[in-house]
Amino acid sequence: MVQFTLPKNSKVTNGKVWPHPHGAVNLTELHVYRWNPEDGQNPRIDTYFVDRDDCGPMVLDALIWIKNKIDPTLTFRRSCREGICGSCAMNIDGTNTLACTKGMDEVKGVIKIYPLPHMPVVKDLVPDLTGIYAQHAAIEPWLKTVTPPPEKEWIQTHEDRAKLDGLYECILCFCCTTSCPSYWWNADRYLGPAVLLQAYRWLIDSRDEYTGERLDHVEDPFRLYRCHTILNCSKACPKGLNPAKAIAEIKRLLVERQT
Amino acid sequence: MAEVRSPVERPLSPHLMIYRPMLTMMSSILHRITGAALYVGTLLLVAWLVAAATSPAWFDLVNWAFGTWPGRIVLIGYTWALFQHMAGGIRHFIWDFGRGFGPVAREVLTQASFVFSGALTAAVWAAAYFLR
Repeated sequence: MVQFTLPKNSKVTNGKVWPHPHGAVNLTELHVYRWNPEDGQNPRIDTYFVDRDDCGPMVLDALIWIKNKIDPTLTFRRSCREGICGSCAMNIDGTNTLACTKGMDEVKGVIKIYPLPHMPVVKDLVPDLTGIYAQHAAIEPWLKTVTPPPEKEWIQTHEDRAKLDGLYECILCFCCTTSCPSYWWNADRYLGPAVLLQAYRWLIDSRDEYTGERLDHVEDPFRLYRCHTILNCSKACPKGLNPAKAIAEIKRLLVERQT
Repeated sequence: MAEVRSPVERPLSPHLMIYRPMLTMMSSILHRITGAALYVGTLLLVAWLVAAATSPAWFDLVNWAFGTWPGRIVLIGYTWALFQHMAGGIRHFIWDFGRGFGPVAREVLTQASFVFSGALTAAVWAAAYFLR
């Protein structure tokens, strides 16, 4: 349902301004969304100052620096710090991206950091992705066959393998899904760009033998057709993939099936 | 036995209010707004035709109302909404074929839709004033 304003318990208030690091000259200001499930308060925006001469170049470096040097309670997910695990997906400077591959120099002025948009917040920058994971599981993202398995691997031509390029690289960070206004308003029924890109990845896999059933599953006014080609997804993807195009291709497969 | 804590009501993270306005996102919203505006514009057209079919006095009245400055601004807006919605429709048509999704193409298509609607609106009204 379209709800342009935040619910009462989600309204963001002004938070604490943390002191400048001692003796630092080269400072960058960060405004970070904070919410603590244990203090009964509304979310707030804390202001931090990072000493750039003592800190790595990426936004994730800044968050880790703050956690180590200023405020150990700051909570966020991170793991690989090189853009392959998808853990540190968040909204930085107004767009969804990975904190580890977003340079602080790419942002002009104050760096504003929020959790992925329109998600229930677990704590600070950690969103609850349970719903998206369930949607991902529902499209059964694995090879499904009826013919008996071959002695060795399932064979695929180079051409058929190439069809998976631009799809298999998805790291499930959900920057795209949570950038989509249509997903914001219909998260309960619309599958969203990341899950639909995965659905397409199995639809066009030459080895998969459940194409018809897969198409049946997504052929729905909400699951698939809530995509209105807003294209925030393709612009947000930190891996440069194109979920909007994948969704368009699913729609084409459904049209071709009718004729 | 561990203390049972009441489930926490999680806040919803900020969305529209913090997301950077993207050209394709704004044009998608505009496509809906112009689509809705076309209902009103079509009513104006119907009012004009009904007045023409009713009596010369009614027709003169509606013609006069459309000819006032506020009336003309509304009509120009209607013309622009029509062309903008049409351009958006053509863009969606191209996207439905799986084309024009590239990082450059999607921006150019969207910019072109604004140029298209602006130019055609100007052309129609220039022609209207010229032929009068």
